[in-house]
Amino acid sequence: MSNRPELLAPPEIFYDETEARKYTSSSRIVEIQAKLSERALELLALPEDGVPRFLLDIGCGSGLSGETISENGHHWIGLDISASMLNVAVEREVEGDLLLGDMGQGLGLRSGVIDGAISISAVQWLCNADKSSHEPRLRLKAFFGSLYRCLSRGARAVFQVYPENIAQRELILRQALQAGFGGGLVVDYPHSTKKRKEFLVLTCGPVQTSIQTSKNEYDESCSEDDNSEDEDEEVGVSDRNRPRKKRKTNKQGKGREWVLKKKEQSRRKGNNVPADSKYTARKRKSRF
Amino acid sequence: MRLITHNMLSCNIKGVTSGFPLRIEAGNVIEKEVDFNPDFIRHMFAKIEWKALVEGARSMGYAELPEESPDAAVLKSDEPFLKKLHHALLELHLEEGALVCPETGRKFPVNKGIPNMLLHEDEV
Repeated sequence: MSNRPELLAPPEIFYDETEARKYTSSSRIVEIQAKLSERALELLALPEDGVPRFLLDIGCGSGLSGETISENGHHWIGLDISASMLNVAVEREVEGDLLLGDMGQGLGLRSGVIDGAISISAVQWLCNADKSSHEPRLRLKAFFGSLYRCLSRGARAVFQVYPENIAQRELILRQALQAGFGGGLVVDYPHSTKKRKEFLVLTCGPVQTSIQTSKNEYDESCSEDDNSEDEDEEVGVSDRNRPRKKRKTNKQGKGREWVLKKKEQSRRKGNNVPADSKYTARKRKSRF
Repeated sequence: MRLITHNMLSCNIKGVTSGFPLRIEAGNVIEKEVDFNPDFIRHMFAKIEWKALVEGARSMGYAELPEESPDAAVLKSDEPFLKKLHHALLELHLEEGALVCPETGRKFPVNKGIPNMLLHEDEV
């Protein structure tokens, strides 16, 4: 996006009636929101026992993400600061309950009642000071503090964010950790500027996934005083001797290796690349 | 707004300690049918504040819930009870009215089913 909406106006003013309708009738936006919501729900790692859960959709807007939640069989409460966006949601007869509110003022929900929270493209709005009385850090604190309280033990919050820069991402993550959350960043398609999507996955209470295991092993080895120095040295040495990327050996032209490497790079970006075969980078007749 | 949400909402004004439950001033209540899922009702039962639910339901015109919170045993077998709970939690909608903070008396208006929980600058 060349022009970030957050730099144009506060959300309740930017998303007026016209913008709200435009947002919801753009098929491209609808499709993207649906995909992001599906991925966020996936990252919530709700137990697969067929029991519907009670979720929170922060910055639910016109209910695009909420519809994905309903389609997955869960009940939800949606919160948004723009009355126009919520009105569109009402028109679309979404199944969740809607609240007109400002997440930076705190969520106002009782402790431990929410099974999970998602937010699609909304949390970055908290980082802008739209009124002179706002201080982004205080608003982030109120938001994360109240969110931590209302989530049940073991529940997760997944935010898809478009941070403006690294400083903003750090600010959001730091406030979340200070509120007591664990977790970190999940990045989809990291190598592609267009497709890249960031998800902040926050956990309340003990984490049951395997993401943590490698980190824990390192911690354990560090706590042994006798071997710690050796351990560190070993790690240092292995870092220095980490095998570098293979150097190109072909002197005539780019060769098959180079072509295959480029194809792999393109695949990682998420492009459609033909499969490799014995014909890949075969020498063609000079007339080609 | 349905009672399942009302049961979770608390007044967020700075300094307020007993902002739950919000008193319901019902203007217009409608009923919308929702598919009955006993597992979900059982799952939510542990989180619900029973008194607040009974009070809220009564304000919306539904008085079929028992005053006392039932035992967990009732949940497993008593399907008619679960259906009543389902009806109260998910099928009653407050379209127009207000939610009132029990401590300060501040009114949060409800329009088109959406409660306006925005706080003024001095309440944050």
